[in-house]
Amino acid sequence: MSVEQQDERTIRCLVAKVGLDGHDRGAHVIARALRDAGFEVIYSGLHRSPDEVVQAAVQEDVDVVGISILSGAHKTLVPRILDGLREYDAFDDRLVLVGGIVPDDDQPELRDLGVDEIFGPGASMAEMIQYIREQAPER
Amino acid sequence: MSDLVDELLAGKHGALARVITKIENRSPGYREVVSALHEHTGHAEVIGVTGSPGAGKSTLVDKVAARLRDDGHTVGVIAIDPSSPYSGGAVLGDRIRMASNAGDMDVFFRSMSARGSLGGLSTATTDAVTALDAFGKDYVIVETVGAGQNEVDIVRTADTVAVLVPPGSGDDVQMLKAGILEIGDVFVVNKADLEGADRTVQQLREMLQGRSTAGHHGVSGTEMAEVTGTPTEKGAPDETEAWEPPIVETVANRGEGVGAFLAALEDHGEYLDRTGGREQQARDRFAAAIRTLLREDANRLLAAELDRQGGIESAVDTVMARETDPYTVVDEILAPLRACLDEE
Repeated sequence: MSVEQQDERTIRCLVAKVGLDGHDRGAHVIARALRDAGFEVIYSGLHRSPDEVVQAAVQEDVDVVGISILSGAHKTLVPRILDGLREYDAFDDRLVLVGGIVPDDDQPELRDLGVDEIFGPGASMAEMIQYIREQAPER
Repeated sequence: MSDLVDELLAGKHGALARVITKIENRSPGYREVVSALHEHTGHAEVIGVTGSPGAGKSTLVDKVAARLRDDGHTVGVIAIDPSSPYSGGAVLGDRIRMASNAGDMDVFFRSMSARGSLGGLSTATTDAVTALDAFGKDYVIVETVGAGQNEVDIVRTADTVAVLVPPGSGDDVQMLKAGILEIGDVFVVNKADLEGADRTVQQLREMLQGRSTAGHHGVSGTEMAEVTGTPTEKGAPDETEAWEPPIVETVANRGEGVGAFLAALEDHGEYLDRTGGREQQARDRFAAAIRTLLREDANRLLAAELDRQGGIESAVDTVMARETDPYTVVDEILAPLRACLDEE
């Protein structure tokens, strides 16, 4: 039949720009690369609040929450997103990734809070895609 | 499994989201979930919104959802985007336009990709509407690009279909001839502040006058009279009123005309109630759903039977060698099924 059986589930990723950071070129590149890797990408658009990111992550039932922050406000914004995800029971079965500029000193704190991985400026797309394929939680 | 159904019915957003994921993936057990939800449905008003890319569907849906929320209603939105036919991936960007409902959990917005599953998408959409209806949403809006039969099938899940037309050279209106004109209950000329809007409205009006009186669901007056038997129509189906699709002008990004658009939707809803069209549409939808499922399931059974009898390749080999022919092959495969049916 023309309708192929979908044995392999499609991985859904949210690419979210949060806060007062207007630089979305990187997020666009990532969104496109994830699409080309066969993922479904929900792109949030610019200037999203943590609430909106949580709303999108819950409603879209994404496997991966990708937060792009270049503004330096990660220490306030990321914890609020993580709290929101926990509030809706949407934390345990989701990967939370942060991309952008996060100083080395801040990284342990974010990981302790529940961020699974942080991708800085040097990270390659192949690396990120492989990480998602390997780590996306079984449901 | 039934936990998921219970949680959805109890109003947990995460459960609703997970049910729609199961529906999309056709995960094991999704049929049981949708079956269990069916008895809780039938309360939502379902609106389909379609139109060419860039017509302003997402922006209008955002404003409509916000207005409905102001009036105290809950809203579910399913936005369908085409996916890449090469990788199976997709970027679903309709959420970008959801600015008016930021952080409002009572607007449940879900993006779905077409995933290249021709035909299957309308089933998935119908099932997703079922989930949102059972969840208790007052309004469910299904939004999709209006390009082809697939989309036409999708918007048929709606009680009322709105077709968006951007002002333009007239080519857009010409394009509507190909099937879209027939399915619209309400037409919207969005971006009505742009040059050419008046002309587009004029062209639309002319084309709609040439439209056949039968509604997009092919409901004839006689059928409706049979179903409803309303006293005013007794034995005189000719008097059944026909719906004349209104043309509404909007500037969605500024929120202009949204009230008029909602009023037009409401008018059509009342028309459906008055004429019994709503019930007839529901009957038609369920009939289509049963036929589709029957066809899909039967196809799957037959594919398995074909494999048991040696597979398609060996059948093709014999046909290629002129030992047999396609008709005979099919007769042989269906022989056991026919035998079963004859026993009845």
